[in-house]
Amino acid sequence: MNLHFINARLIDPEAQTDAIGSLAVADGVIVADAPEGAATIDCGGKCLAPGLIDWGVKIGEPGERHKESLRSAAAAAVAGGVTTIIARPDTLPPIDSPEALEFATRRAAEVSARVRHQAALTRGREGAEMVEMAFLSDAGAIAFTDGVRVTTNTRLLSRAMTYARGIGALIVGHPQDADLSRGASATSGKFASLYGLAAVSTMAERMGLERDLALVELTGARWHADQITAACALPAIERARTAGLDVSFGTSIHHLTLNEFDVGDYRTFFRFTPPLRSEDDRVAMIEAVADGRIDVIGSFHTPQDEESKRLPFAAAAPGAVGLETLLPAAMRLYHQGGLSLPQLWRAMSLNPARRLGLPGGRLTAGAPADLVLFDPDAPFILDRFTLRSKSKNTPFDGARMEGRVLGTWVGGAQVYAHE
Amino acid sequence: MTFRARHLLGIEPLSPPEIVSLLDLAETYVAFNRRTVKHSDALEGLTQINMFFEPSTRTQSSFELAGKRLGADVMNMAMAQSSLTKGETLIDTALTLNAMRPDLLVVRHQDSGAVNLLASKVDCAVINAGDGRHEHPTQALLDALTIRRAKGRLQRLTIAICGDIAHSRVARSNLILLGKMENRLRLVGPATLMPAGAADLGCEVYEDMREGLAGADVVMMLRLQKERMDGGFIPSAREYFHRWGLDAEKLACAKPDAIVMHPGPMNRGVEIDGTIADDINRSVIQDQVEMGVAVRMAAMDLLARNLRAERGARAAEESIDV
Repeated sequence: MNLHFINARLIDPEAQTDAIGSLAVADGVIVADAPEGAATIDCGGKCLAPGLIDWGVKIGEPGERHKESLRSAAAAAVAGGVTTIIARPDTLPPIDSPEALEFATRRAAEVSARVRHQAALTRGREGAEMVEMAFLSDAGAIAFTDGVRVTTNTRLLSRAMTYARGIGALIVGHPQDADLSRGASATSGKFASLYGLAAVSTMAERMGLERDLALVELTGARWHADQITAACALPAIERARTAGLDVSFGTSIHHLTLNEFDVGDYRTFFRFTPPLRSEDDRVAMIEAVADGRIDVIGSFHTPQDEESKRLPFAAAAPGAVGLETLLPAAMRLYHQGGLSLPQLWRAMSLNPARRLGLPGGRLTAGAPADLVLFDPDAPFILDRFTLRSKSKNTPFDGARMEGRVLGTWVGGAQVYAHE
Repeated sequence: MTFRARHLLGIEPLSPPEIVSLLDLAETYVAFNRRTVKHSDALEGLTQINMFFEPSTRTQSSFELAGKRLGADVMNMAMAQSSLTKGETLIDTALTLNAMRPDLLVVRHQDSGAVNLLASKVDCAVINAGDGRHEHPTQALLDALTIRRAKGRLQRLTIAICGDIAHSRVARSNLILLGKMENRLRLVGPATLMPAGAADLGCEVYEDMREGLAGADVVMMLRLQKERMDGGFIPSAREYFHRWGLDAEKLACAKPDAIVMHPGPMNRGVEIDGTIADDINRSVIQDQVEMGVAVRMAAMDLLARNLRAERGARAAEESIDV
């Protein structure tokens, strides 16, 4: 299908521009000039941007399809402007063998969004034996991570990083001192003390980050931190960049848009790993995204069924769905003046593509026509039961939001249209 | 003969002429060993004790055979059952042994430097039959002899040493010896099995097997210790073989006349494909075993000559003093 988007407000994260223009697509790829006979789409001055690449999405397949299937995740993704899902390996069983990855990849080929899988770093995510990293890479694993299950065996982690460096694989770490943060459901501070919640200092994040960065320095590995959420971790990032380490850093949309006070009356939809931080931390993270210290924003989509959330705060399963709310939540940052649209798309599309070696995330000729058309100003009140995810655990339930996805294209084919 | 050393503890102290001299003598023992009657009296009247603190079949029997063919009285001490297990220190064992007046001690020990320690405490000649991750000099010498015979020279060759470099004393001794002989050396293997600072050892380092083998004259495979496989340095044997195991397809990257070596024992299907190991046109693995006996005979012969010369000089001095 050949397309010609006209009268569009083009959000170009590479050029960092936001201007009215047109965009042509031929055979699923962005091209310089509209081919003859291309279908014209008048965008009416709305925003046209590269589709979001959401790094760190949990899909419940295999093992927890009642929480989320590949099909429901993809439906939620395209409705939220996400054209590429970078899935997590924390399934049941985890994706820790070429056979498991091949199964997941085969299933993912049937859905409307692009799906790329990360594989576990250790077998069973148990931190004892590294996975067959080379076979998994050959089978399409895009990165290796045990997610929030931090590898405490430093010798093993060091060897895994060395091995990964040898085969050019990317390791994704979760910066957190596992012992210090065990059992915590809130960030240390006045709020946690008043509410009587077991809490962890943000220093646990800095300590975990410092350890991992020391190992990166030792091994020369390519490394990415999944979520940086604490201001006290930022100096370590600056030092690592100055030292020229091959590192990148991510954060979550929830930690950029919510703080610890949002927990309110022990609302378990606000229970996250790591826990929501102070307002000062939140503002520091926005600044770090704006100036490029933090590269990537993801939703860390974590579907949990009602039973997992209808529990006392400390006992409730952490995480929230985010594929469908990533874009409108990001619009909060735009409307508050913290981040421009090109800055947001650099973090939500271009940078993850670059770091993961994907061709998308840009509007230049030759890039795949993975696109999202959206109205950044369209207001709505979010009703969690309208979400396409099987699980409805969102902290934005009932919230006033702005930013509607009007249409989504993957490889030039329209996969979502707002009714 | 230019070989003047008292012990053979490693390749490091040997000069290129000493190495050549030892290999030249070994060459004569190759012919000697192919004779029907294989008996010499080079070590007549001398006592050789083989002390193996670590299990070994090939090296120990090779030394035993070498000593017997040269006429030595050979004794094997099974150190696993020795007084060491009753708490005796290595130095005490050495002193006890020394009191038995041996002439040649052949020692293998699991700790790097242990053979040097022992050599400093005894009056006889000591041969290092492998200490920890440090050196295995007779293996490097037998490899050198094998290469020299197969390629007609021991210089200006491109030699790829592949596999578990980090834990290999064979690799270390070979790096030193073949480096002294001005060859182009490459280390090939996964990053986890590469010693720290490998690039500073005067060789090129490759993590890609095909690149590492490109244009090589000699492909030297090393044993991957199966006991290290689970959760250790590599994810699995099957992944290791896929990426770093020597098969026909990877060997095709080397020169068409490249030889294949392995110090044994081999893990077929892990570091080497069985058909390559058995290919008489490429594999010199059996030649290595044959050269091993000859090289050990040459080493013991030279050390015995030096020992006799030293003792003769000492006796002469003592008679003058009287």
